[in-house]
Amino acid sequence: MVDTCFLSQGLTTLAGLLLLPFGSLAASQIEDQAEQFFRSGHTNNWAVLVCTSRFWFNYRHVANTLSVYRSVKRLGIPDSHIVLMLADDMACNPRNPKPATVYSHKNMELNVYGDDVEVDYRSYEVTVENFLRVLTGRIPSSTPRSKRLLSDDRSNILIYMTGHGGNGFLKFQDSEEITNIELADAFEQMWQKRRYNELLFIIDTCQGASMYERFYSPNIMALASSQVGEDSLSHQPDPAVGVHLMDRYTFYVLEFLEEINPASQTNMNDLFQVCPKSLCVSTPGHRTDLFQRDPKNVLITDFFGSVRKVEITTETLSLQPDSGVIESRIITILGNHQLEDICFCKSYKSLFLSQVSLDYSRSSVSIQILDSARLFLKKKKY
Amino acid sequence: MAAAVRIFLLVLLLLGPGGWGQAEPPRDSLREELVITPLPSGDVAATFQFRTRWDSELQREWVSHYRLFPKALGQLISKYSLRELHLSLTQGFWRTRYWGTPFLQAPSGAELWAWFQETVTDVDESWKELSNVLSGIFCASLNFIDSTNTVTPTASFKPLGLANGTDHSFLRYAVLPREVVCTENLTPWKKLLPCSSKAGLSVLLKADRLFHTSYHSQAVHIRPVCRNARCTSVSWELRQTLSVVFDAFVTGQGKKDWSLFRMFSRTLTEPCPLALESRVYVDITSYGQDNETLEVYPPPLTTYQDVILGTRKTYAVYDLLDAAVVSNSRSLNIQLKWKRPPENEAPPVPFLYAQRYVSGYGLQSGELSTLLYNTHPYRAFPVLLLDSVPWYLRLYVHTLTITSKGKENKPSERSPQPAPPPPLPLHVPQHLSSQGYIHYQPAQDRMQPHLLEMLIQLPANSITKVSIQFERALLKWTEYTPDPNHGFYVSPSVLSALVPSVVAAKPGDWEESPLFNSLFPVSDSSSYFVRLYTEPLLVSLPTPDFSMPYNVVCLTCTVVAVCYGSFYNLLTRTFQIEEPRKGGLAKRLANLVRRARGVPPL
Repeated sequence: MVDTCFLSQGLTTLAGLLLLPFGSLAASQIEDQAEQFFRSGHTNNWAVLVCTSRFWFNYRHVANTLSVYRSVKRLGIPDSHIVLMLADDMACNPRNPKPATVYSHKNMELNVYGDDVEVDYRSYEVTVENFLRVLTGRIPSSTPRSKRLLSDDRSNILIYMTGHGGNGFLKFQDSEEITNIELADAFEQMWQKRRYNELLFIIDTCQGASMYERFYSPNIMALASSQVGEDSLSHQPDPAVGVHLMDRYTFYVLEFLEEINPASQTNMNDLFQVCPKSLCVSTPGHRTDLFQRDPKNVLITDFFGSVRKVEITTETLSLQPDSGVIESRIITILGNHQLEDICFCKSYKSLFLSQVSLDYSRSSVSIQILDSARLFLKKKKY
Repeated sequence: MAAAVRIFLLVLLLLGPGGWGQAEPPRDSLREELVITPLPSGDVAATFQFRTRWDSELQREWVSHYRLFPKALGQLISKYSLRELHLSLTQGFWRTRYWGTPFLQAPSGAELWAWFQETVTDVDESWKELSNVLSGIFCASLNFIDSTNTVTPTASFKPLGLANGTDHSFLRYAVLPREVVCTENLTPWKKLLPCSSKAGLSVLLKADRLFHTSYHSQAVHIRPVCRNARCTSVSWELRQTLSVVFDAFVTGQGKKDWSLFRMFSRTLTEPCPLALESRVYVDITSYGQDNETLEVYPPPLTTYQDVILGTRKTYAVYDLLDAAVVSNSRSLNIQLKWKRPPENEAPPVPFLYAQRYVSGYGLQSGELSTLLYNTHPYRAFPVLLLDSVPWYLRLYVHTLTITSKGKENKPSERSPQPAPPPPLPLHVPQHLSSQGYIHYQPAQDRMQPHLLEMLIQLPANSITKVSIQFERALLKWTEYTPDPNHGFYVSPSVLSALVPSVVAAKPGDWEESPLFNSLFPVSDSSSYFVRLYTEPLLVSLPTPDFSMPYNVVCLTCTVVAVCYGSFYNLLTRTFQIEEPRKGGLAKRLANLVRRARGVPPL
């Protein structure tokens, strides 16, 4: 009797000892997940992609911007979080031999324009004033939502600019310029208004490094395609289209980004190595002294992809046929926000929901909600 | 609070009966149709129409449940108290002379016109906000619509839906001829469709095929309609139309045979499950009887005959909801093959078409001319011409001349009598056709454009020329666009007319007839309403050389520095002659001795 007791106790302790590493393994896995969860500190991603050049021979600048747009969309940032500014229309230009396409590679391999593109600022709307207003948020009240940068203090913003530039300035549409001092001041305004958590600034112009020399706000990382005194060169012309299709730096960045998927762990140091002098002819530069984290801990998807933080809840809400009860419950939950003010626009669907499982048989719903939903409520203040 | 905020319930569009279901939600229905018309010139025109009818009175009921009617547009109607909204985005030009009268033409660029309800207090403010909201929804630069390109037409744009009164102060019309249309405008347009390019006719909407065309026009029309024949209550109708014209030589490689697959690179596999009707009509009019000229494959199960745009036409009908036409095992790819080339007969010329051009030389003055063609052999009919010219082309109204057949044809200037509201919406007020009508609103610099509306009687079988001279203004430096040497656009003229029909139409039931037959309500069966647009014009304005300020500054500073600077130096500097010092210690001792003696030093 006692022997069997001891035996059973021994067996249970043995089983416990055997299961302990599994338990600790599971615990460490959860810890890993939790650590990753909290690593970067941002809850949503935005992208502002600007092409500043007009006229057909600047086809490559539009192709540059659309390549970054395509990568950013592919890695998860929705159109509602992308502000795309294209200063001219290349796809439906009468000189384009293949309408509604913008190619990035000769032999027409990759159509970066795609079938599902939304351009927010087009043609004459791409001006220095509009760009600075988008960044700082000082926008006239009649501006529609898709043209606003509604970021908050937990947003990681990617800003990509391309066009013709010089030492300390970038030319907008051949009629005006933005200087590096104006840009640095705009970023400082953004910092003081808490409009970003971290900012990645990429510029592909001649003498691009001059544009990030004057930044002085924290949490900004900058990359440029060439140093001061160097020109950024274009990649290859296409005989059918008749102009150069892309710039070298963005071409190799696109090749690099095509290999990233939303789960990849590639970090910024790899992005700094893209396009060495042998391929790019110019020397790409970068600036990380204002950035608090070490670049090797910064994932590419922190800026190019979109984070979907999931909070799992165990509380269930049961759906009653009586809608009055539901409405009052919703109103109490939402507080001051009126039911009819909530916009269920299709563009927010991908942002809001990762999964909703509806179980009609039990008339109960369990919902997994994104933290970005909190962002939505904050946005109502604007 | 944090917990409550964290956990909240998102209400999606519940497509099943497990909805909130307090009161019966308003019913809505979708009809979609595609009309394929071979044009006299050998090209092929395809017109898509998606019509959602929503039995709800938006103004009075508080709506929270949107099913087929898109929420973005429904909220627009209630927020801005719209009665009607018409927005079109067009690339290309419909050549009426060679292609025939269109079902629905739109001017090149963007056109927006809206009727507001009588309850709106500040129409201009609502108009500005409306154009901004629409620019966000459709990714178009409609925010450039402001008072310099908005006009209030007084006779041309009557309501196309139900209307109680027609006080024109609630109408606004604007055209942006410079607007580009591309995939970014098609994408949000497609997203408004209930089946959204996944099923039904909208799978054919692929951007790379639709923009490789001579003419591409997409439009959104919202208007109130009668819910039933007795018109006891009002429904809202949303029509999304898309017209394209495929160039036979570019897309067909020179052959006139066409098929759905060759035009759209897709075939039809299933109807939209949300649609009440989903049909394809193919125009087989001139060749219906004679089966040896062409063959339509697959052979149609039914045909439809009616008087469309004044002539009798026959259509082959393919109903996608019919399992014999489209099923899981079979997709629909309509093909048209020419068995022998059609005889070289002259294509039928439409009774009304127009042309417009700028003449003159130099950059100071010019002349705008519009030619109106009436090719009917014996009937004369009136045409309402609306011209909206930007303020920087200063029109000289005293040079306005209208000549038909060499003789002057002046619209009488008597003011129109106010008429009682007609029972059905009319498009050219019948009472005005007997008198003349002319309305001119001069431009104010930087504030409003010229507006000229005239009712012109076109004699039978004639060409009428309307011409007016203008002078070009010099703009301020900042008002030029970044590419000013391209030129500046003048928006197209609008012609609204009731053209006499060849065959009298019998008024049919609105709901039963196909969509392309119910675009414009017809009250008089002996004529049909048509609205045509002319080409937009490109006018060069005197453009300064923008690099001149920089050049002047450089030159002036150089001149000042060289000339004045030299003189200044010459006049104000004192000059001293300095001996070079040479020699060593011996020389200095010798100079000391010589100074003691009183002799000049070495």
